[in-house]
Amino acid sequence: LAPWVPVVGLEIHAQISSNSKLFSGSQVQFAAPPNSLVSFFDASVPGTLPVLNRRCVEAAVMTGLALNCSINKKSLFDRKHYFYADLPAGYQITQQRVPIAVNGSLSYSLCIDNKMSQMVTKTVRIKQIQLEQDSGKSLHDDTRSQTLVDLNRAGVGLMEVVMEPDLCCGEEAAAAVRELQLILQTLGSSQAVMAEGQLRVDANVSVHHPGETYGVRTEVKNINSIRFLARAVDYEIQRQIEELENGGTILNETRAFDSKLGCTVPMRDKEGKQDYRFMPEPNLPPLILYDEKSLPANMNHQQVVNIDCIRERLPDLPSVKRAKLVERYGILPEHSFTLLNEDGLAEFFENVVKQTQMKPKKVIGWILKDLLSYLKQHSLTVKESPVSSLLLADLLNLLETKEISSPAAKQVLVELWKGEGKTPLEIVKEKKLELIEDQKELEEICQAVIDGQENEVIMVVLG
Amino acid sequence: QTVTVEMLDHLEHLALVDFRDSEGVERLQKAIQFADQLHEVNTDGVEPMDSVLEDRCLYLREDDVTEGNCMKELLKNAREKVEEYFVAPPGNIPLPKLEERDTFLQGF
Repeated sequence: LAPWVPVVGLEIHAQISSNSKLFSGSQVQFAAPPNSLVSFFDASVPGTLPVLNRRCVEAAVMTGLALNCSINKKSLFDRKHYFYADLPAGYQITQQRVPIAVNGSLSYSLCIDNKMSQMVTKTVRIKQIQLEQDSGKSLHDDTRSQTLVDLNRAGVGLMEVVMEPDLCCGEEAAAAVRELQLILQTLGSSQAVMAEGQLRVDANVSVHHPGETYGVRTEVKNINSIRFLARAVDYEIQRQIEELENGGTILNETRAFDSKLGCTVPMRDKEGKQDYRFMPEPNLPPLILYDEKSLPANMNHQQVVNIDCIRERLPDLPSVKRAKLVERYGILPEHSFTLLNEDGLAEFFENVVKQTQMKPKKVIGWILKDLLSYLKQHSLTVKESPVSSLLLADLLNLLETKEISSPAAKQVLVELWKGEGKTPLEIVKEKKLELIEDQKELEEICQAVIDGQENEVIMVVLG
Repeated sequence: QTVTVEMLDHLEHLALVDFRDSEGVERLQKAIQFADQLHEVNTDGVEPMDSVLEDRCLYLREDDVTEGNCMKELLKNAREKVEEYFVAPPGNIPLPKLEERDTFLQGF
C-alpha cells in the first residue's frame, strides 16, 4: 500500500485583549448579561459607522512582529457578505486583499517518541494576520425550534492567523497552537484562553500520495481545546485514509468535531460553497502605519502607530525566556519548556533559587518532580499551591546544610502540602527527622537495633 | 443576453433580491452596460482607486468604553424576544431552488 502524506493547515482566530471593540466603544467582556455590551453600530442600526480602535491595531502589529511577519504599512478593510442571525449587518468587516501582516513564521518544539529529552524544533509558515470583527453568539433552542441571539460578542476585535499547510499531524498542530498561545499571552495581545472562546482553531485536512497533487480538503470546526485539536486532526486524517482506501471520495465539506465520540461529523446548515462577494469597506480609508523613517513631523501622536516603537517594547518571547533560563541556571532545554508551560512556574522556580543555597540544577528536580506532580494530582495551579516558594526554599536549605536527608525532606514536603502553616524546621523537630552526626549516638542506635533483632543477627553471623 | 439565468438565480440567493420581471432584469443589464464604459479608459500603469477616501486619514479611537448598556432600546426593534435575547429561526432558511420557486426567472 502506498504511503499517505497528511496535510494540515490551521486558521486561528484570537480575540484581541482590549477594553472596547474593534470598531465601536462598547465593552469587551466575557459572560455579561445578554445584549448589554452592544452599541448601535454593533447591532447594525442604520446611520452608524465603524471607528477603528488604536489598541487593536497595536495588538495586531505586536503579534505580527513576534511572528516574524512583514508589517504592511498600508492595509485595507473589506466586507465579507453572508447571512446569519448573529451577523446583523449581513457582512463582516475583515482584511481580505491587503492584511496588516504577511509572510511570517512560528517555531515550535516536539518531543520525539514522547521522550522530553529528545526535542526537535519545527517551523510553520504564517501566511498572514488580519484584523476582523467577531460575530455575535447563537444559542440553539432545538425544543422550541428557534435560535436566541446575543450580540455582546459582535464586533469584538479578532486577529486571524492563517498558517500555511506545513503541519502533518495532530501532535504538530497541538504544539504549534500551544506555542502561539504562549506568545499571545506573553505579548498580552490576546489572553488566548480556548475555554472562553478567546482562541478558536479550525483545521483544514487532506491526504495524498507522495508526488501526487494535494487531495480534497475538509474543514474541521468546533475544536475546544488543544488536546481535542490533536485528536480531531488525527481522526480526520485516519477517516480520509480509510475512505480513500475503500474506494470512496472525500467531499470538500465542513465537519464538526464531536468531543464525546472522538470523531468528526458533517455540519448541517452549510449551504455548499459560499460566495462572499468581497468588496472594499467604503467607510474606512486605508490603514497607514509608520516607522521612525516615515514618521511625519507634525502628526498628532495619538493618530500614529509606530512599528519601531512597538518593536522596541516587545517583551521577551517564550523561546527567548527559555534560552535565558537554560543559560542562567544550567537547566536542560526540556526543563525550560515545562517551566514555561505552567502559568507561574518559571517565576516560582526563580524565587526558590533566589532564596536557597541549593544549586538551580538540583532545585529544578524538586520543582518539576515533587511540586508539579503534587499540583497536577490535585488539579491546582501554581498560584494555588499550599507550599510557597519561601517554604520550599527553607526546606531545600535544610537539605543543603545536611540537617536532614533527602527522604526526610520528602516527608517534610508531604506535611507542608497540608498547608497547616508550619515551617519546615518545625516539622523536622516535631517528627525528629534531624540527621544525626554524633558518632556515639549513632552507635547507641545501631546497638539498640541489633539487640532488638537477636534472631536476625544470628542468621547474618552464620552467613 | 448579457446576463444568464444562472447568474440571476445566484444573485437572488446571495442578496435575496427579487428581479421580479423582465423590467428588473433589464435594469440590471443596463447597470452592467453603464459600468462597462469604464473599460474604455486606458488604465495602463494606473493604480486602481477603490475608495474616494484613499487619501484621507483613518481616524484611530482610544480604547475606552463609551457605549453599550442600551439593551432595552435595542430590543425594541425585535419582533420576537425571549428574556434579553433576540429570537431568530433555528437556521438559515435558504431560498428554494429555481425549479421550486414561483419566479419569472423560470421562463427566462
